[in-house]
Amino acid sequence: MAATPEHPPSPAGTTRTPNGLVVPGYQRDGRSHPPLDYPGYRSTSLRHPKQPLVLLPHMLTEVTNPVYGESAVRELDNDLTRQHEGEPLGQRIIVHGQVRDSGGSPVPHTLVEIWQANAGGRYRHVGDQWPSPLDPNFSGSGRTITDADGRYRFTTIQPGIYPWKNHANAWRPAHIHFSLFGQAFTQRLVTQMYFPQDPLFFQDPMWNSIPDAAARERLVARFDYENTEEEWALAYEWDIVLRGREQTPFEDEDEDDEA
Amino acid sequence: MSATSQTTPSQTVGPYLHIGLPWDGGPYAADADAPNAFWIRGTVYDGEGTPVRDALIETWQADPDGRFNHPDDPRGAMTYPGFRGFARSDTRDGGAYAVRTLKPGVVPGPAGPQAPHIDVSVFARGMLHRVVTRIYFPEEVEANASDPVLSAITEEDARATLVATKADDGYTFDIRIQGGPTGRETVFFDI
Repeated sequence: MAATPEHPPSPAGTTRTPNGLVVPGYQRDGRSHPPLDYPGYRSTSLRHPKQPLVLLPHMLTEVTNPVYGESAVRELDNDLTRQHEGEPLGQRIIVHGQVRDSGGSPVPHTLVEIWQANAGGRYRHVGDQWPSPLDPNFSGSGRTITDADGRYRFTTIQPGIYPWKNHANAWRPAHIHFSLFGQAFTQRLVTQMYFPQDPLFFQDPMWNSIPDAAARERLVARFDYENTEEEWALAYEWDIVLRGREQTPFEDEDEDDEA
Repeated sequence: MSATSQTTPSQTVGPYLHIGLPWDGGPYAADADAPNAFWIRGTVYDGEGTPVRDALIETWQADPDGRFNHPDDPRGAMTYPGFRGFARSDTRDGGAYAVRTLKPGVVPGPAGPQAPHIDVSVFARGMLHRVVTRIYFPEEVEANASDPVLSAITEEDARATLVATKADDGYTFDIRIQGGPTGRETVFFDI
């Protein structure tokens, strides 16, 4: 099963299996992500592994991921203001941006899913019982596929702030949940988009769990006056960066190993 | 040199993930009536042994020929009819998840074949970042013994957390985010 000599050399950022398969590698994240154990966010205490994570080399399962076509989303799935008979209450906003990888390449044709509270800060969910009204015209979920240039766009309403009992007088800053697949299992990301100058960041453990201040700022959308729609909607721009492919080739030391 | 930038940080799915993530047919990695399909069922537990009802499981795997329907499978992967390879199940049902799938084939690896396996992502309220584990199959005794990932885990009871058990309609694979009264912590991977 050794590599046969007629295979061309592996391109940068790839590794080769003994039977000649060429597999791209993906960078591991630096200091972007919060730790799994963060006492300020109380629910982590029973929900973080205590054993060290085992390093998993990236193989075929990790460098592939589901591929969704345009058929995965319906026409109005990216407009959360047009999913019911009436219009939802609240300030209409456009949220758009580009999905790139950390090497700067756009991530095209990937599924982006969002969910959020209504204008009053209430989720349409049986578990959300705080006394802010539900809006019959707002479900709070949307989907889209990035275009060939990695761009996405949603129309929705400004989500409200809500209390959540994590600590005394705890309030979540306004946010929209985002879920992205990328092109590899290693790129999968669930995160939250925040709004500029939210006065509640200081007391929010999810925000503060991210150790690096610059990384926190990457979760904040930019108010985008140029793309507001006159007498219709404000606009925010938020770019999302997924892991990039390895910049340097793997050493081929494994390649000569007999399987 | 191309410009590099840092990745966007992960955040928790929160307790209301059910609004945005489950979809019709989500638990099916293959068509519902696909021949030889089976269920993988399990419960997600926290460190006190309490079932986690606001978690989400995602599975990703090769088709029965060991191939991925993806451009980076350099073999020019075939699409196995009706097979998506991906399934998603929340755990509203008392902490239980269920995905219906086909058995993956052997997948090539950098140093030899990998035993049939399924990659699993676990998301939940209280988890700021997903954790990743793998499901292996109990009947693959020889392949499991030489699998480069599984065999690198030297503690037998740790390795056992990655191997499903046979059930009437498929397999059972429980996930313990943290060790506790119900058993040993599942092995999770740094990917």
